[in-house]
Amino acid sequence: MSETGPLMEVSALERSFTLGEEEVRALRGVTFSIDRGEYVAIIGPSGSGKSTMMYQLGCLDTPSRGTYRLAGYDVGSLDDDELAALRNRFIGFVFQSFNLLARTTAVDNVALPLRYAGVGMRERRARAREALDRVGLGHRWDHPPDRLSGGERQRVAIARAIVSKPALLLCDEPTGNLDQKVGQEIVRLFESLNADLGVTVVIVTHDPSMARRARRNIKLVDGSLVHDGPPQEGV
Amino acid sequence: MLEHMISALLALSANKLRAALTMLGVVIGVLAVTLLVSVGDGARAYLNNTLSGIGSNLLSVVPGRTETRGFGPPAQGLERPLTMDDAHALERQGTTIRGVSPMVQGGGTVRFRNRQRDTMVLGVGPAFSDLRNMHVDSGEFVREEDVGSRRRVVVLGRRVVRELFGDESPLGQPVRIAGGRFRVIGVMEPKGRSLGFDLDDLVFIPATAAMDLFGLDHISQLVTAARSKEETPAAIAEIEEVLARRRNGERSFTVQSQEDLLKTFGAITGAMTMVLLAIASISLVVGGIGIMNIMLVSVRERTREIGVRRAVGATQRDILWQFLLESVVISTIGGAVGLGTGATIIFLVHRYAPDVPVVLSPWIAAVAFGSAFATGVVSGVVPARRAARLDPVEALRYE
Repeated sequence: MSETGPLMEVSALERSFTLGEEEVRALRGVTFSIDRGEYVAIIGPSGSGKSTMMYQLGCLDTPSRGTYRLAGYDVGSLDDDELAALRNRFIGFVFQSFNLLARTTAVDNVALPLRYAGVGMRERRARAREALDRVGLGHRWDHPPDRLSGGERQRVAIARAIVSKPALLLCDEPTGNLDQKVGQEIVRLFESLNADLGVTVVIVTHDPSMARRARRNIKLVDGSLVHDGPPQEGV
Repeated sequence: MLEHMISALLALSANKLRAALTMLGVVIGVLAVTLLVSVGDGARAYLNNTLSGIGSNLLSVVPGRTETRGFGPPAQGLERPLTMDDAHALERQGTTIRGVSPMVQGGGTVRFRNRQRDTMVLGVGPAFSDLRNMHVDSGEFVREEDVGSRRRVVVLGRRVVRELFGDESPLGQPVRIAGGRFRVIGVMEPKGRSLGFDLDDLVFIPATAAMDLFGLDHISQLVTAARSKEETPAAIAEIEEVLARRRNGERSFTVQSQEDLLKTFGAITGAMTMVLLAIASISLVVGGIGIMNIMLVSVRERTREIGVRRAVGATQRDILWQFLLESVVISTIGGAVGLGTGATIIFLVHRYAPDVPVVLSPWIAAVAFGSAFATGVVSGVVPARRAARLDPVEALRYE
């Protein structure tokens, strides 16, 4: 991992799918880079390719053309196991629908990434409890998801995303299933994690209020980058 | 690995009823394998015990020539029957055998005062008692001088005693056998049933007296035994040589060994066990299909979970193991339960119906458990591979 270069470097990235005979170009040559500690929102209308971009940035998918480097690793050249290891080490995911394991306590949900990192059971629990403390849910550690509110579930998911101290927090519509007030709390949590831990936060969203809170916006339309800079007024 | 096991158990406990029903298929399969094979094994052990109880080095010479040494019906159309002289010759010249007894088989009504019983009458010599491992309880067995002087004396089987004398002592009492007058000189110890034949429901008289009684000039067969198991082939050769010499080289008789009999029965019961095993395996296969079905459903239901696990760093191998172990855990628990149930049933059978021959051998326990394990692996492979090969993006999007 290079400590000096940007955390993420996307250059001329293309991603196309074949649907029957037709080739759908979801991303058409996008270039940008994100440094460590940045707080970026990727925005755009639905169908703009932001979900595709989020899977690319999350190393869940690889480019059709162009390159994506995460912490110096050329993602397109890695095999499936290496991608899994890269995700485990560098990325924490936060999803719109939380995606917690049912019938599994908060602490065990949070500890899941550490299990695939080969951390022992005892240490996993301890670190998961720390992460839950950090998101303000230390007292609910033994609750399964169905005994937590929506906001609490998302906090558990965030704890899971930061438990392995990743460089990148990648969030997909993180407030999409939450009401306004709870959503604001979650946004504040991202901001404090970004400020206190120095973790790079990338949020994929179509929520303008959320985008305005980010220091930088990357806007995609029809798979192309149309804006990269501070939030624009009147978005 | 232990971790995978624990999470497999957790995943199963999340849907206990489904896991239990899935297990039931394997439980029944293993139970069927265990019980049916135990019955087969029991039958074999029973036959072995009974036959070796008769005397394992036992040899018998029957008239007529049969090519095989199997256990067939006695050959008919005797050109040259066996006689008392054959018995004497063997007794004098045999070096690899211990004891020779003639045997004359017949049947008749045994009568004491106003009571009577139709039973089997065996004309024998004194050596018969040791050869066949059948001894008197009180009084004496047929003696050499009884045979020599064609004495009309009889040794009664237990059942005959009970029917004719009740609690009275039969020793010295006169009885009528097929019309002839005999004096009771002994009572046999109880032997019970063997191969469906009641060994207590017969009487022994001197072979010569039997020949007189039934009007025969020959005996039915010769009973003898090799001195040891190893000497059996030598003993057979010697008997053939001695008897053939007395017949100018003509081999008009057949020597049957107990071992031939054991082999024949062993082959029959072995084949029976295999057939039962094959039938029982079918239910195990059905159980395996049940597991595969449920695992496929489970993989589909948990597609999202698989996506999340992949996102946080699980490799395909991790996912493969997760589902494979779940399947194996179901099947091995099912196998253990089936085996336990089978063992319990066998234990109860031993306890309450000791006559029924069932044996739980360690090998069948191992086979049953092993095949349950294998069923889990085989039925888990396809669902687990399907789970492992899911595309993470597709899995996360799955509704």
